[in-house]
Amino acid sequence: MIRLTDVIKEYSNGTRALNGLDLEIKDGEFVFLVGPSGSGKSTIIKLLTGEVVPTEGRVMVNGFSLTNIAEWQIPYMRRTLGVIFQDFRLIENKTVYDNMLFAMRVVGATPKEIKKRIPYVLRLVGLETKQSRLPNELSGGEQQRVAIARALVNNPSTIIADEPTGNLDPARSLEIMTLLKRINELGTTVLVVTHERDLVNRFDERVVMLDRGRVISDAVGKYGVKANA
Amino acid sequence: MREKNKNKNHDFIYFITEGISNMFTHGFMSFAAIGITVACLLIMGTFSLVAVNADATLSKLEDENQVLAFVEESLTTAQARALRDDILAVPNVAGVEFISRDQAWEDYIADFPEIGELAGDEMDSSTLRDRYAIYMDDLSQMADTAEAIRQIPGIARVNAYEELSDGFITLRNIATIISVTLIAILFLVSVFIIANTIKLTTFDRREEIAIMKMVGATNGFIRWPFVYEGLLMGLLSALIAFFLQWGLYHLVTSGISTNDLFSIIQIVPFSSLWGAVALVFAGAGIFIGVGGSLSAIRQFLKV
Repeated sequence: MIRLTDVIKEYSNGTRALNGLDLEIKDGEFVFLVGPSGSGKSTIIKLLTGEVVPTEGRVMVNGFSLTNIAEWQIPYMRRTLGVIFQDFRLIENKTVYDNMLFAMRVVGATPKEIKKRIPYVLRLVGLETKQSRLPNELSGGEQQRVAIARALVNNPSTIIADEPTGNLDPARSLEIMTLLKRINELGTTVLVVTHERDLVNRFDERVVMLDRGRVISDAVGKYGVKANA
Repeated sequence: MREKNKNKNHDFIYFITEGISNMFTHGFMSFAAIGITVACLLIMGTFSLVAVNADATLSKLEDENQVLAFVEESLTTAQARALRDDILAVPNVAGVEFISRDQAWEDYIADFPEIGELAGDEMDSSTLRDRYAIYMDDLSQMADTAEAIRQIPGIARVNAYEELSDGFITLRNIATIISVTLIAILFLVSVFIIANTIKLTTFDRREEIAIMKMVGATNGFIRWPFVYEGLLMGLLSALIAFFLQWGLYHLVTSGISTNDLFSIIQIVPFSSLWGAVALVFAGAGIFIGVGGSLSAIRQFLKV
């Protein structure tokens, strides 16, 4: 579960990115986080991944309190998350399989676990036939599916996707979002940060809208509907 | 438990493989880092070995070199013998040996028989004085000790070859000062160059490191391949420096041992030094390599 309570984040240059933000995402939910540039979306991602700490307020992620988390605990908190980026962030000189192997190795997975888990996840994202390809031999959509596979491979309880369709055409975007929805249906909490209104409106899911560091709308349904803000 | 151990072995192989791969990725920088570390170790080793040999020569001189204290002619042999305790009471005196004028004359004739023949009956032991051969603990204090012996009533003169011992002491001290200074400077240079080589690797792999951090790799896991890279460079440098040092030592010592001018120098054989040289080189190599890599990786872990 993710819970942000009365969070204020002010950077050293004086910019206040979050201004008393409250947000709760329960286990198993699928949530779109939307809002204009500068609304605080990226700061929320950075807070949830432990890259920055809140100036005030409390941030809880899957049982870890990030307000006063010890540095050595951050890697273990991150293992409960799978993060997907707009630019995929794959290792270019490693094959699809090796990118996933790398992600499993760094968290100390056993060879037995690796052998079992990677083929399963590759099947889940539909890339079982492309495991020995290098990232630059794949289309943008396929590269994002590799990134999703890598995020899933360590079996996180939450997936955080930061503009996962930003570099894709509408057809591939829909494909990726459908895949994320399918992963959510298998029990993983999914938080998608996006500004693609049409795409969001194709899914009947919870949409949290931000503006100037605050939640201005939080409702199941359509992007832009003002509800219980 | 077995699975855990297997996993640790797996990690170890991964760290080593990554370390070697990192080293070859920046071949030229690695070559430069190894080269400068070898130079550092070689200079350090050479000056240390000069100091070791100067020390051995000094010890030899301490064992062999004696100061001669001549007793005043007015003293009888019995009175001269009575000075023994006064001499032994002087600090730094390790031992004394009384040599009567008769014994001294016999030794002289034995050493120079032709002079004995020339002297015939016209010269005898009365032309010499009773004397003491005095041995010291520390040759560096020869001048002070000789002066203290001179002050003993009944001692007429003291013969001490201070220049020779002073020469070796100066050599040892210079070798020590130069080696300590050079070691300090070259250590820093080596650490700096290895740190920069590893910084290049980490800079090259910053995306990879960021991904590792994002999927939950601990700092230790990220750090290990770079530590192994530094360790391998340090050990490789130590190995190369060891064999170069061996060759250099053999070359110089065989030159010295065949030259009569240097016959006074006590050469310590490399066979009795190689263990210490290998140990010091390996230790210094590890220190330089690991120190360099740790200082390089530190900033990349703050993600």
